Amino acid sequence: MREQDKSTRRKFLGLAGGAAVLGAVPIVTLRPSEATPAMLAAAIRNVVGEAVVRTGKIKLDVPPLVENGNTVPMTVSVSNPMTPDDYVKSIHVFNEKNPQPNIGNFYLGPRAGRAQVSTRIRLADSQKIVAIARLSDDSFWSASVDVVVTLAACTEEVI
Amino acid sequence: MVSALINVPAKAKRGEIIEIKTLMSHVMETGYRHTADGEVVPRNIITGFACRYNGVEIFRADLFPAIAANPFITFSAVATESGKFDFEWIGDNGFAETASASISVE
Repeated sequence: MREQDKSTRRKFLGLAGGAAVLGAVPIVTLRPSEATPAMLAAAIRNVVGEAVVRTGKIKLDVPPLVENGNTVPMTVSVSNPMTPDDYVKSIHVFNEKNPQPNIGNFYLGPRAGRAQVSTRIRLADSQKIVAIARLSDDSFWSASVDVVVTLAACTEEVI
Repeated sequence: MVSALINVPAKAKRGEIIEIKTLMSHVMETGYRHTADGEVVPRNIITGFACRYNGVEIFRADLFPAIAANPFITFSAVATESGKFDFEWIGDNGFAETASASISVE
């Protein structure tokens, strides 16, 4: 009985919401679907394949509270030597809720001297950011950071 | 108009790890934004960046719409010999820019 009550209410709200949207068509813009945790997992799988990803070694520096998601400073560093036989091959950065799960792939080598990359990124929402490092022995290391964003980027309207 | 800003130390000691900063002016339009009329603004981003030190690639990056406008990338390199750093950006709509900087290593 309760179940039925709920579904009727849901239907009603759905209809009401639909009507409201129809009424407001000219000012409504559809938001593109955001990347989901599943897409994040898929993007990570694309890079690491079946390998095991361990936590550690890599450090992801992003301010925990971001006012403007349009430009967020980010530094990724890996505490690993950069010698010809033991170095960081690449660093991959992913996000959870932007329209696309990728942020950037950075390919380094022993000639980089230090496994550290900085850039500025966009964040469409408060979310988790994941960085994964691939070492020369093909082991993967990851770190993640939660960021709170006040003003979102990427999907806003152009004025 | 200068579209690229490069910061490479002019001099370095042999074996020293130097920091390289690069900035390329570009809108990095994500392709996920709409105009007030509901039209999608087409994607226009830089998709790739590479740095070569005397012809040998030492750093490369794939960029996505989640990189902020005017991509700013900092990385490091070991100063092994005097010579030239060549930087290259490529992107949508045939975007291609290059820049270079020289270093003297003693």
